[in-house]
Parts: sequence; C-alpha cells; structure tokens
Amino acid sequence: MKILIVDDFSTMRRIIKNLLRDLGFSNTDEADDGNTALPMLKSGKYDFLITDWNMPGMSGFDLLKAVRADENLKNLPVLMVTAEAKRDQIVAAAQAGVNGYVVKPFTAAVLKEKIEKIFERIQ
Amino acid sequence: MSDSKKNHQGLDPDVTEKLQRQAAELAESVNAGDYGRAMSLINDLSEVKDQSLYREVGRLTRSLHEAIRNFQIDPRNAEQKEALSKMTDASDRLEYVVQMTAQAANRTMDLVEESMPMAHAMRDEAAALRQEWQRLRRREMQPDEFRDLYARIDTFFSKLTGDADTLYGNLSEILLAQDFQDLTGQVIQKVTTLVKEVEEHLLSLVVMASHVDQLTGTVHQLDDKSVSAEEGVGPQIRTEERDDVVSGQDDVDDLLSSLGF
Repeated sequence: MKILIVDDFSTMRRIIKNLLRDLGFSNTDEADDGNTALPMLKSGKYDFLITDWNMPGMSGFDLLKAVRADENLKNLPVLMVTAEAKRDQIVAAAQAGVNGYVVKPFTAAVLKEKIEKIFERIQ
Repeated sequence: MSDSKKNHQGLDPDVTEKLQRQAAELAESVNAGDYGRAMSLINDLSEVKDQSLYREVGRLTRSLHEAIRNFQIDPRNAEQKEALSKMTDASDRLEYVVQMTAQAANRTMDLVEESMPMAHAMRDEAAALRQEWQRLRRREMQPDEFRDLYARIDTFFSKLTGDADTLYGNLSEILLAQDFQDLTGQVIQKVTTLVKEVEEHLLSLVVMASHVDQLTGTVHQLDDKSVSAEEGVGPQIRTEERDDVVSGQDDVDDLLSSLGF
C-alpha cells in the first residue's frame, strides 16, 4: 500500500506521515501541491491519496478533479485533510468525488477512522 | 491622533460653511444672469472639495507613517535585535513567525520521532522480561536459562536508566522548543495593532470619500463579489456563531451522511 501525502506545509505532511506509520502504513511519499502531485500520481504507483485543499499552485480541489477526470486514476481513493470548513465546500468536494473529508485540527483517532472506512468501502 | 476623530462624521465645519456660502452665492449669480461669476464659483466649489479631500488624505498619510514608525518590538538579545532590525515591514515579520513556528514544530517532531522507538523498545523488552519472570515464578526455568535472565534483567535496568534520562531530556527540550510563542506572540500582537490602526484610517478615508460623493452626487456601481465554493479560504473562526461553516468533524460527518456518504 503506497500513499501520497500532499500539503504545502512540511510540518503537516510530517504529522500525517507519522500517524500513518503508527497505523501500519510506512510506504509514503510527499508532494507540496497539486502540480507536483499529479505527475507522481500518473506514474501509477499510488494506492491512496491524502491531500490538503488550500495550496499555492494547484489546489487540492483541482487535484481531486484532475484525478477523477483521468481514466487511470479515476478510482483512486482520495481523503481530503483540510482547514476548509464551509458547508458548500464540503458539498462541492463530495460532488467532485472525494472519498473522505477530515477537517483540521484533527485527532489520530479521526484520521484512523476515516482511512479504515475508506478501505472498508473499497474492499 | 487627537484631531483624527474630527472628520470621522463629516467635513470640517468651516468647509461646510464655505460650501453653503458659495452655493448661495452661485444661486444668486445664476438668478442675476452673471454667468462668468457663476462659473468661477463652480470652480471654487470644486477646489474646496479637492482641498478638503487632500487635507484628509495628508492627515491620514501622516498618521499611517506614525503608526508604521511606532511599529517596533523589543528584542531580547543581540542576535534577535539584528534579525528584527532587518525586518522593516509587517509581511517580513509574519514570514518570521512562519519560520519560527515551523522551526519549533520540526524540532518537536525530531525529538518525538527519536523518543517513540525508545518507548516502544522499553515496552517490548519489559513485556518479554515479564513473561520470563513469570516462568521463573512458576518454577519452569532451567538453571542456565535463569543465568541468561539474570544477565538480561541487569542489562535492561542499566539501559532503562539511560533511556529514561534521554526521554526526560527530550521532553524538556520539547518544552523549551515552545519558547517561540513568546516572540511570535509579540510580533503578531504588533501586526494586529498595525492592522487595526490601518483599518481605522482606511475607514475614515472611506467615510470622507462618501461625504465627497454625497456632495458631488457620484454614484458607484459596485459588483457583488461572491467566492466560489471551489476556492480555498483557509481556517474559519467563530464557527459556533455561523451556519455556513462546520464546527468540527462531527458536523462534517453529519453533512456527508445527509448527502448519502
């Protein structure tokens, strides 16, 4: 299971990476925005995408849309971990095909629950 | 700042008086058919408008300069003094806050990442030793096994002492890594004060401009600027008082399940 973590703040990437390792997922890569992440995803090596929303360059929302529009990536599970908390944003993310939505600040338990829920649904 | 409140509600009384006098004179001149005089009065009127606006803008600019010049913070040592003297504007200062907080977060995470495997190893070895110890108590242990256990317990105790010291040291370094809050707190408070002052000055400029608009009869066409849901806006504050934002993960989950998630 290889996971790509996309966030413009290295500290947040590091926190998520540590939490994932505690959950047993130690095979992770990092990208700092959608423009960096998309070519990595297209290389086809990833099973799961965790992305922030608000990033310079390409936002996480645009990344989500690009993933869903790509024939090879359209089924990739995407978890959004973001400070964006407006209801219409969450609805827009759901409509764009996000698999889970975690609002910052979050706890290790919440991240674990959402990731497990997504995997349950896939299997 | 003492005279700054004067114009918040309107123009200077002497300006309004002048305007009233000139307007009356203008009406008189038009009625009397003295169009030359009328035109020159119209020019005077527009000059009064311009002058009072310029005067207000000048005053605001001076207050703004004053506010920016007073924008200082107290450095604690020579290194900080140098670092701070190089920063001449608020965005530099905020960038400094970002750097300080990132540095503290990384330092903390370094220490946590160093400590976690140590805590794991302690627990694993203690659990293994406990199992052996219970075998000994049940008298299931051979003499040479006991000799091994004896040596292992000895090693564990001496390692435990060292590891506990390292953990304690890491924890107190994590504590110290939080000292950024003091400096960043000062910087943010100064920037907040500056923003408030700028906002006040801008507000009085807007009030001033609206009075000028009233005098000149100017109507502005303002477009409604709505933000697309797709655009990121960052963290929300006072979420409890608002209906358009969620107040936490439970709210997100409720919203998504109402959408059939």
